[in-house]
Amino acid sequence: MTDAAAALAALADPTRRQIFERLASGPRAVGEIARGLPVTRPAVSQHLAVLKSAGLVRDQAAGTRRIYEIDPKGLGTIRAWLDQFWDTALASFKDELEGTKGNR
Amino acid sequence: MSARTIRPAPVRKSITVKTDAARAFEVFTGRMGRWWPRSHCIAASPQKDVVVEPKVGGRWYEIGEDGSHCSWGKVLAWEPPTRLLLAWQIDGNWKYDPNFITEVEVRFTALAEGETRVDLEHRNLDRFGDKIDDVRSKIDSPNGWGGILKIYAEVAEADV
Repeated sequence: MTDAAAALAALADPTRRQIFERLASGPRAVGEIARGLPVTRPAVSQHLAVLKSAGLVRDQAAGTRRIYEIDPKGLGTIRAWLDQFWDTALASFKDELEGTKGNR
Repeated sequence: MSARTIRPAPVRKSITVKTDAARAFEVFTGRMGRWWPRSHCIAASPQKDVVVEPKVGGRWYEIGEDGSHCSWGKVLAWEPPTRLLLAWQIDGNWKYDPNFITEVEVRFTALAEGETRVDLEHRNLDRFGDKIDDVRSKIDSPNGWGGILKIYAEVAEADV
């Protein structure tokens, strides 16, 4: 939940939102992302760092460039939590049914 | 980017238990407080019991050690011993919200030799995002968040 909140907070900045939306169409290098934006390239790099720490984007090196893309695992904070939660809950339910007290 | 709405995939779980469907249903609903993980209560007071009222429209709530009730949701479908549909109304901020509904469907299928398969699906998970959107939209431009979350969900789902 906290991660999801962090992700949304990171997107509260309009420039970061623009950057994020640009990445929606596919991976891009920093220079490509910065093109046409009313901020300097170092500023774009800083915004990308914030998006990355919020789990929204990930990057990888391609020669001397860094390629950024949307991190598909970032979305799933709530989903991942629920996924794990239901595993625990159902295992506990099974124990209740089949444990010593549960046997008929 | 297409305009279609893409949603995060539901959480789906299956488990097989060594009992008949009627008893599985009964324990799932009638003795939820016995098996519900204690670490997952939202009330201020420690959890003493979890109650699912056995009827459509029945409340789903937690009882604290201090006797306080804390709503979690309600019963949308009550079809013993085969199907239960609960409204999970705890939002992404850990608050009960009567206007927030995600569905938890539980199906009990009798197998051979006294075994029952329990299939659980927790869906409408995109609404957790919508909910945060509601809060944030007041300090942001209209349509901003929903679109972003949809883009995000689409990309995330495509990569699964």
